[in-house]
Amino acid sequence: MNFWETFYKNKLMLSGGGLVLLLLIVSLLAPWLAPYDPGQIDLTHVLASPSMNHLFGTDQLGRDVLSRMIWGARISLKVGFAATGVAVIIGAILGAVSGYYGGWIDSVIMRFVDIMLCFPTFFLILAVIAFLEPSIWNIMIIIGLTGWMGVTRLVRADFISLRERDFVLAARAIGAGDMRIIFLHILPNSMASILVAATLGIAGAILTESALSFLGIGVQPPTPSWGNILTAGKDNIDIAWWLSFYPGLAILITVVGYNLLGEGIRDLLDPRLKK
Amino acid sequence: MPSTLVEIRELNKKYTLSGGFFNSQKRIIYAVNNINLHIFQGETLGLVGESGCGKSTLARLITRLEKPSSGYVDFKGENIFSYGKEALKSYRRNVQIIFQDTYSSLNPRKSAGSTIKEPLTIHHLGNRKERSEAALEIMAKVGLNSQQAHRYSHEFSGGQRQRIGIARALVLNPELIIADEPVSSLDVSIQAQILNLLKDLKNDYNLTYLFISHDLNVIRFISDRVAVMYLGKIVELASNKDIYDRPLHPYTRMLLAAVPSCDPRRKERMMKINGEAGSENNQGCPFQNRCPYRTDICAGVEPRLEKFDEQSFCACHRAGSI
Repeated sequence: MNFWETFYKNKLMLSGGGLVLLLLIVSLLAPWLAPYDPGQIDLTHVLASPSMNHLFGTDQLGRDVLSRMIWGARISLKVGFAATGVAVIIGAILGAVSGYYGGWIDSVIMRFVDIMLCFPTFFLILAVIAFLEPSIWNIMIIIGLTGWMGVTRLVRADFISLRERDFVLAARAIGAGDMRIIFLHILPNSMASILVAATLGIAGAILTESALSFLGIGVQPPTPSWGNILTAGKDNIDIAWWLSFYPGLAILITVVGYNLLGEGIRDLLDPRLKK
Repeated sequence: MPSTLVEIRELNKKYTLSGGFFNSQKRIIYAVNNINLHIFQGETLGLVGESGCGKSTLARLITRLEKPSSGYVDFKGENIFSYGKEALKSYRRNVQIIFQDTYSSLNPRKSAGSTIKEPLTIHHLGNRKERSEAALEIMAKVGLNSQQAHRYSHEFSGGQRQRIGIARALVLNPELIIADEPVSSLDVSIQAQILNLLKDLKNDYNLTYLFISHDLNVIRFISDRVAVMYLGKIVELASNKDIYDRPLHPYTRMLLAAVPSCDPRRKERMMKINGEAGSENNQGCPFQNRCPYRTDICAGVEPRLEKFDEQSFCACHRAGSI
């Protein structure tokens, strides 16, 4: 069956994909879409409630919340993709080596995965950030460095089953080396599970970034991020509900969008679920 | 006398099965047990035996996809297990393998064309254009058309997939092809096509085949000589004609008797099949518990593969007298 045909039939996945696409467009077109400069302070309109001038209201410095959120979408996606990219690259390489070679290499890598999984990830990130400057780059890398274990396990499982297939033997018989077999023969066959893990990982990374920014150790003001808009909202929640509501809603929709897309891809690629 | 291409000497491959976590007892399985065999230049040597007798392990040892526990495989007089990196690479050009399972032997993420081209890329033969041309030429040779080069393996039928597998093996222009049950997963009409294709290719490219199968009809059709394998050992080796007209080993007779036949006159050859393979004793003939002709000597002394006449070898104490 055609990939796109199946894609259209899966309503949940379609809506997830739609949400993700919408976010991508919004963040790409942020400079044109945002009605105001996100850093523009207007002390005459502090904490203005949503109106035609400011659709999502203004914050405690009179900045337009909608514009800040549109720019914040950029940060979220950047962090989501970069952190997941780091996690997928580490996870794919370690998982491939672990599953392909097996033996003591596998044991060492898998025990390392177990150790990493024992740490409560969020506190590990907090601890590391405490020592480093909380810049957006550091956050991306640290979220990535604490999120590769799931990918490693998935890729390893794929490699263990795929390395027994005859096409791997055939590749060796025509003289292919280990690197060629791992990266050109087996890894492409493992792309399905990597893609699913990455999509779900982006949602997790966005959530982690928001939480860090909310706690004040993520993206630093004045750079807008959904998390630090929420922080401002927390202080004024009794008089300015829009400051907490809209960023919260944006995070919710984004995470749901990526999760639906990820689940959808998983169903799509799982042959047992195909009719 | 044709020259020897491959000489297998005292080749062993054993696997250790551990009995599980609470059981420290280990079982050793001899998948290939002290095999001596010659493959002559230009012949088709058929290798026949039931499932699990070590046929595929032998194929993988000869193609150096696995390492033996002990023993030698000499290719043109040189032991392949002593090859360094460069020598191994040139050996890979000379010896190729065709697999049984057409589904698992092709990479699902590669198109037919790139699968066939890949050996040339690995061995740095020709430039990009020449490789594509060579791949198309081989595809035509094995009966695939050029439009199919861009298709992926799931878009092909079993017979077509096996043709891709043959093309991949052939594109390096090897001297020896190990065909590990190449037609067993195909239906009968396709089997005939593939067998004829293999026969034609042998003539066109001066190939030598080691043809592995459990199907005696297939072996009879394609082989010049036939080796019969039982529990990791060669029990009989003879010319195609001799194996079918005058089987020496009781196991060979048992296999022949099991071949379904439409010929009512063959009824007298019927022989009952006793027991199962695998319950080997350490002493004596490995076939003794299934053999209707066993005597006292079979329980004590293991028969060696001995010369029976000019071309026939048999590992049975009673060869010729039963």
